[in-house]
Amino acid sequence: MIRILKYVVIDIVKNKIIIAYTLMLALFSWSAFGLEDNTAKGLLTVLNLVLLTVPLMSVLFATIYVYNSGEFIELLVSQPVKRSAIWRALFSGLSLSMVMAFLTGVGIPLLVYTDVGTALIMLLSGSLLSVIFVAIAFLSAVIARDKAKGIGVSILLWLYFALLFDGLVLFLFFQFADYPIEKIVVLLSALSPVDLCRILILLRLDVSAMMGYTGAVFKNFFGSNGGLVVSFLLLVLWVIMPFYFSLRRFKKKDL
Amino acid sequence: MITIKDISKRFGKLQALDKVNLQLHASECIALIGPNGCGKTTLIKIILGMVRPDAGTVLFKGKDVRNEDAYRRQIGYMPQIGRYPEHMTVGQILDMIKGIRSDETALDLELYDQFGMEELLQKKMRTLSGGTTQKVSAVLAFLFRPQVLILDEPTAGLDPVAADLLKEKIIKERNAGRLILITSHILSELEDLVSHVVFLQEGKLMLHKSALALKSDTGANSLAQSIVHLLKNVAT
Repeated sequence: MIRILKYVVIDIVKNKIIIAYTLMLALFSWSAFGLEDNTAKGLLTVLNLVLLTVPLMSVLFATIYVYNSGEFIELLVSQPVKRSAIWRALFSGLSLSMVMAFLTGVGIPLLVYTDVGTALIMLLSGSLLSVIFVAIAFLSAVIARDKAKGIGVSILLWLYFALLFDGLVLFLFFQFADYPIEKIVVLLSALSPVDLCRILILLRLDVSAMMGYTGAVFKNFFGSNGGLVVSFLLLVLWVIMPFYFSLRRFKKKDL
Repeated sequence: MITIKDISKRFGKLQALDKVNLQLHASECIALIGPNGCGKTTLIKIILGMVRPDAGTVLFKGKDVRNEDAYRRQIGYMPQIGRYPEHMTVGQILDMIKGIRSDETALDLELYDQFGMEELLQKKMRTLSGGTTQKVSAVLAFLFRPQVLILDEPTAGLDPVAADLLKEKIIKERNAGRLILITSHILSELEDLVSHVVFLQEGKLMLHKSALALKSDTGANSLAQSIVHLLKNVAT
């Protein structure tokens, strides 16, 4: 697997889009901190970057890359290699590259401008988000045979997790505001990796007041160290589950 | 060496293979023939594990190949249209496959030298012509001295000189006792190569005979003629 991984990484690192992505992240983060004299405001700008752009780039780039690796996969499948090794190598290569791009682009300004704790939690959630959306991309790429369809599914999933899901939860919350549904809201947020990350980071920034009523509930649940661990575990689960299902499907796929 | 038992495969409405049974032995050179879309490539891909059959099993040296990968060490495969990662160079592709099959014995560099691969090593796959890509496929198929060679339209797209070199190589390997499975539409080309003929039509196995028996049965004096005879008879 390592041998295949080497060639995947060499290939991705040379890719112009990944370089442009890194530069864009760096540009936005540096200017976010540079333009505002208030670090907290800069942080919020970077937060939005992490929560919206990173998943979109990861899911799109990974989906397209998997489709474009069709030949590569075909070549290897006729060789004495396990299918799971091919799939894992592709996944690790893509995840590694996306995380590296993210850490180079956002990591340096974060570490320069903010305290280490905040920077670390932000970088960790951003990296996890990158990997999660690569995993989601793998799932949609293996399910849809057609490239255009696969990319469409990926974009829809991103739209759902990044924008619609939050709206749905909010809608539910307002509809049932008279009932004690805080716990359900907490549970629901576990269903979206983007929301999990947002909550984690907002709590760390101590702007949970921005989330109003539920903020308190979230703080109760997530603020404790136990809650922190639980939510990170949930995020890890978000990596494993989509990838596991994609792997199972890939093993049986006709090439 | 390879046993194919009751293999069926359906792609949507198309029954690509319908209960095909075959026994293939070492030192045979088998021509897999049949009209376009009769399931030749599907059968090859099932042997290689690239396509999963709906029913039936493939045994390689008596062992079921389902979920196996080690048996492919003993197979050299040359695809009909070699599709390679576009921005990898010829050298990288060769290195990667060598790395994967690292514990193989000494490499067979005969075709590598004859096709002048040395000069192509730095070239990216996307810049190669169709024929040159086929040369790369051929070199890869023979490189590891596999016991089984599966060649899907091997000479399509090759220039006459290269096609001839490849043909000589196939004969040499056949004489060395390898099992060779070959598909081709150029019947005259199969003449001096083939010891057995397998004929598929609409996913069904119509015939599996030695070339000699086929010639005497049809009363034709060349293999090409007897196959044409066969095709016409089936059509009517």
